[in-house]
Amino acid sequence: MTAAAEGPPTLGIIRARRNALLLSEPVQGLALISPTFLYALVLLVLPILVVVAHSFWTQNYLTIDRTFTLENYRAALTEPIYRDLLWRSLYISMMVSFFTVVLAYPIAYFISFHGGRHKSLWLFLITIPFWTSYLLRVMSWKVILGYNGVLNSSLLGLGIIDEPSTALLYNSSAVIITLTHAWAAFAILPIFVSLEKIDRTLIEAAKDLGDGPIRSFLRVTLPLSAPGVISAALIVMIPTVGDYVTPKLVGGKDGVMIANAIQAQFGKASNWPLGAALSVTTMLIVTLMAGATVVIIRTAQRLVR
Amino acid sequence: MTGMRRFLASGWLSAYAFVYVVFLYLPVIFLPIFSLNSAATPKFPLSGFTLKWYQDLPRTPALLDAAWNSLVVGVSVSILSTVLGILAARSITRYRYPGRRAINGLIMAPLVLPEIIVAISMLLVILQLGLSLSLLTIVLGHVLICVPYSMTVLTAGFEGFDRSLEEASADLGESALGTFRRVTLPMVAPAIVSSLLVCFTISLDEFIIAFFLTGTEATLPIYIWGQLRFASKLPGVLALGTLLLAASFLLMTIAEILRRRAARRTQNEGGLHA
Repeated sequence: MTAAAEGPPTLGIIRARRNALLLSEPVQGLALISPTFLYALVLLVLPILVVVAHSFWTQNYLTIDRTFTLENYRAALTEPIYRDLLWRSLYISMMVSFFTVVLAYPIAYFISFHGGRHKSLWLFLITIPFWTSYLLRVMSWKVILGYNGVLNSSLLGLGIIDEPSTALLYNSSAVIITLTHAWAAFAILPIFVSLEKIDRTLIEAAKDLGDGPIRSFLRVTLPLSAPGVISAALIVMIPTVGDYVTPKLVGGKDGVMIANAIQAQFGKASNWPLGAALSVTTMLIVTLMAGATVVIIRTAQRLVR
Repeated sequence: MTGMRRFLASGWLSAYAFVYVVFLYLPVIFLPIFSLNSAATPKFPLSGFTLKWYQDLPRTPALLDAAWNSLVVGVSVSILSTVLGILAARSITRYRYPGRRAINGLIMAPLVLPEIIVAISMLLVILQLGLSLSLLTIVLGHVLICVPYSMTVLTAGFEGFDRSLEEASADLGESALGTFRRVTLPMVAPAIVSSLLVCFTISLDEFIIAFFLTGTEATLPIYIWGQLRFASKLPGVLALGTLLLAASFLLMTIAEILRRRAARRTQNEGGLHA
């Protein structure tokens, strides 16, 4: 630019124009965000594309055969072990997102409508356990539900049971309980935000027009908070489907999920393409399931109104 | 009548809220309880108070190494993510341009992706490139998942910030960089510190990405994971876990206080001039 300054006057005009362009809002904004954007592009988008590419290749002992094949997807979708794990993971993530949303809704409602001056304190109180190590929270459930665990030893001590129950730990219920606890805070926040956005005069109006508290809740508050319910359901469903720690620690043999199988392909089994195909399949199916959830909630929202 | 009903409804809700908070905290509270218990297995009734599990911690070299690694990773991650977060949050809140929402969506995506997908895809690329796994690869992975949190904290800090203050500074002859350093930065400083603390806490506690992307060096969660295989090591793990819980709790409380101060500051001073 300093070189241009020494040029003939016409160049000066061009330079001024170029400066205007350089300093224009979109260019400045894009320039500012580009490092973060590039970081996400190189470390997230590119790696995911590499995974997708691998899912169409074949593991050949130590090398990868790069001829196109759908064999990995056939294995992922039809081999009983992977099919069962996929279904179980989807089932567990669906149950977890259902329970977290149902349990979280009254809390979000309570904070939004009855929180008064202490709204942010309540929110803080509820999100704090979420910030503690996930691994440790899963571990504490293992301590609670174990054979010699808190629950069993308490029930024994109180004389309610005669011998420790083995039914508590190492099954899919234990996984569902642990995950529901782990994701609780995540479900509360979006529901709370959508409840806060509701114009309170609408609820007053419904009451003035003769709706009781339950009817006005069902016909005004609940439908208007549907966006929050949708994002809460999705924000829990999508990550939990790929959970690795919980099934490994409290799931036992009956609680193994697809992430454990994916890990095995990248670890001991050392079949990267199959692991990649399992990952892609999981992501695609959970996306479909998320889409279905959105449609169902939206339909329900229309029906009650 | 309606008043009574209303009171009853909020009474039920308060009771539910109380039970819910107990449900949230109860499992976490068992860790400190049993870390102070003299028995080697965590069960009731408690057998007696002891600090021996804590006294053993500093005598474990592997643990000290892991703690040091966690500290190095955590500090690097919090600085890198906050710098990337500042740039992005500033761009999102200050400028309007095409593709803004899409770019924002991409940067926030790691928040809703299963961590295992993020972890294995990075692992594949790193192995393909023939790079070796180390603390650096953990840092790269952690920054990816911390930037969305940093963005959330910082966008809240940057929003509501009165732009006329910056314009005034520019009119008075301050350069863009000077304005940022002397006007913008002091206003958003609490949000920045809050972001640093949040990112450090996430990195300190994160397990999956660290587990996949680590070489031979362990961070604290990886160390804990290794110890979980041995039932006899459980009390030590509980003691270590308690310390980690306390650290997370403390850092997040400070972050929250700073975040609120930032919100108040931009609202008050920004609002005054608006």
